Amino acid sequence: MAVDLVPVWTVILGVAVFMYVLLDGFDLGVGILAPLAPDDDTRTLMMNTVAPIWDANETWLIMGGMGLLAAFPLAFAIIIPALYFPILLMLLGLIFRGVAFEFRLKKTSHRHWWDAAFFGGSAVATFFQGVVLGMYIQGFTVTGRVFSGTSFDWIAAFPIATGLGLLFGYTLLGATWLVMKTEGDLQQRSRRWALVALYGVLAFIAMVSIWTPVLHRQIADRWFSLPNMFYLALVPIATAAIAFATWRTLRGRADYFPFIGAMGLFAMCYLGLGISLFPYVVPYDVTLWDAAAEPKSQAFLLIGTLFLLPIIFMYLGWSYYVFRGKVTADVGYH
Amino acid sequence: MELDPLFLSRLQFAFVIAFHILLPAFTVGLSSFILLLEGLHLATRDAAYLRLSVFWTRIFAVSFGMGVVSGIVMPFQFGTNWSRYTDATGNVLGPLFAYEGLVAFFLEAGFLGILLFGRKRVPPVAHFFSAAMVALGTLFSSFWILAANSWMQTPAGYEVIDGRYVPADWMAVIFNPSFPYRLVHTVVAFYLTTAFAVLGVTAWHIKHRVHLHEAQRALKMTVIFIAIVVPLQVVVGDLHGVNTLHHQPVKLAAMEGLWDTQSHAPAVLFAIPDEAAERNRSEVSIPTLASYYLGHSADTVVKGLKEAPPEDRPPVAPVFFAFRGMVGLGILMLITAWWGLWLHFRNRLTESRTYHNVCLAMIPAGFIAVLFGWTVTEVGRQPWVVYGLMRTRDAVSPSLTGTDVLTSIALYIVVYLIVFGAGIFYMVRLARAGPPEHVDVREPNLDERPARPLSGAHVDA
Repeated sequence: MAVDLVPVWTVILGVAVFMYVLLDGFDLGVGILAPLAPDDDTRTLMMNTVAPIWDANETWLIMGGMGLLAAFPLAFAIIIPALYFPILLMLLGLIFRGVAFEFRLKKTSHRHWWDAAFFGGSAVATFFQGVVLGMYIQGFTVTGRVFSGTSFDWIAAFPIATGLGLLFGYTLLGATWLVMKTEGDLQQRSRRWALVALYGVLAFIAMVSIWTPVLHRQIADRWFSLPNMFYLALVPIATAAIAFATWRTLRGRADYFPFIGAMGLFAMCYLGLGISLFPYVVPYDVTLWDAAAEPKSQAFLLIGTLFLLPIIFMYLGWSYYVFRGKVTADVGYH
Repeated sequence: MELDPLFLSRLQFAFVIAFHILLPAFTVGLSSFILLLEGLHLATRDAAYLRLSVFWTRIFAVSFGMGVVSGIVMPFQFGTNWSRYTDATGNVLGPLFAYEGLVAFFLEAGFLGILLFGRKRVPPVAHFFSAAMVALGTLFSSFWILAANSWMQTPAGYEVIDGRYVPADWMAVIFNPSFPYRLVHTVVAFYLTTAFAVLGVTAWHIKHRVHLHEAQRALKMTVIFIAIVVPLQVVVGDLHGVNTLHHQPVKLAAMEGLWDTQSHAPAVLFAIPDEAAERNRSEVSIPTLASYYLGHSADTVVKGLKEAPPEDRPPVAPVFFAFRGMVGLGILMLITAWWGLWLHFRNRLTESRTYHNVCLAMIPAGFIAVLFGWTVTEVGRQPWVVYGLMRTRDAVSPSLTGTDVLTSIALYIVVYLIVFGAGIFYMVRLARAGPPEHVDVREPNLDERPARPLSGAHVDA
């Protein structure tokens, strides 16, 4: 097969992972904010903004994982065992978060317990996704075709810092989502939560932007060598502009822009990450091309993906359209 | 004692899949049942179908949520604990798993929101369409995951390059020899699992004289369904067994408890397989019967366990007993189904309290039979992770220590006991509460119906 499918799969997988981060990001952010709700009805309302769509959002995680396995199996076989405990704890967090949607609505005396599970599950899942991000930037110990580090490599300053950073990041997505989907008192509260989260996010972006090139010489070279520096400087400039616009609109009246701005900040960070790590899929040992599946496997899956992804976007879009607009107290369950 | 990451990883996988499979075993059938009820309501405008659909959709919502979260654990198991298996088989199985996500999971998840929350927001036809897409999604999911599982049982359409399996013919990979049989046998098993759960809950309502109008209708529908489908499953199971005889003879020998290759092979009803002595103790068997049902002739030669060297045999006792458990439950299901049909023809279906108690007792039958069947096929595949090609002991992630896996399995056990315990508790509550008295399809209606005390339940005789 003459055509190199690796760039195509890199883009598809990149989009799938980014979709997950954005979409489950705001769900998980709503979970992190849930304990701040002033009363039980408000908390139910917050959960109702995401209840019909969280499952579809979480499906992007499976798509990211299975896409990695199918298109870059060697990367899956090295990275996933390296992330043994972060992935385990993320999954357990997602379990509690997911069942809490259904369980807390069954009016029983354990309701506060499932409220705690909703918050705890969301926060734990978010933190460990941030740890995964930090591990990824930190790089993996690889010998031959296998991960040769230990299951505790994640207990290090950098992954824990990115874990905390992502807590602020998803909180920002969740709070700006609530600004968009709610009104009145809850919306005002959400604006304040979003501002606090925004300050945290900016602090962590600054920290990671300094820490990463210090951690890895090749990343410093990529960003700070000429002529790269001229056009790559657009990324931090755009980030600053988006951050400013988000800050302004959060302090103003706009309902929609803060959420778009928060997504823009994530897009810039994601782009920066891609620029730093390319062409590695297992930093800093295995490139996308080293890890790629056989062309026959990539081609077989690509045919179906190119056909199905537009259809998936259409019906997911319809689902979002059905549940569009402000969520109010009379939007019932089932 | 040295903690063995291989043994603990196997235990962990068995634990998480055993809990997970209980949910698709229920939701695959239940989504189709809900689709049927929605369709009947659209066609007949009879509100009883709608009330039944709303009732079962609430239970579906709980079980489906548990299925999703316990299902997300599964693909990551391949990476965390079985990375060498992933490295070897990723080129063949990766696309099948990915297709399950693309074709099935998005379809289910995309329309689930509208099925659960959209009744007041979309026209009835669009709601029906969403129910259809969710049901279809569960069936697509079964298709792809069982294609992948069947390839591990009867690999085909591959070539080996540098010790890794590479696809040569995708049609042969997907439609590998055991796949059609496993797919039909499993999906029918899932439908029956749901049917027996519906049967038992319905019988409970009738027994307690609540929701009689809906319950009588559901009971009749379910009895007719199982009276037709249980015998069908017996035939499908037999065909699946013959397929195993041809493609995995050692597994079949373990299922049948046969050590020596022979014609006129006996059907072993009971025995205690003794692996060290390579024979059965306390055997009770019917001469020649196995040759008949496996090859439809007394002269059919059935291979015995001794055909394979001991290191290539599965653990015999679990496969042997699980198979008997599955078949035994199948016989009980057949009796329940035909007894119900007989009562139906005599117009005594809603009167016989004995029968209602039997139905109630049969609620777990399908779930346990699925676990037994899964044990037969997966333990019977051992010592291979890919039958005849790759051993399970060569599949485990090399970086794991016994302590790592012991920690993770302990956490999984604690979390699953809490979550599944709570899930079953809430589903039982919903089942007892029964169908709503009134379903509003247009006007907004927030009252999240609290479970009604039974004394206040609607009685419609």
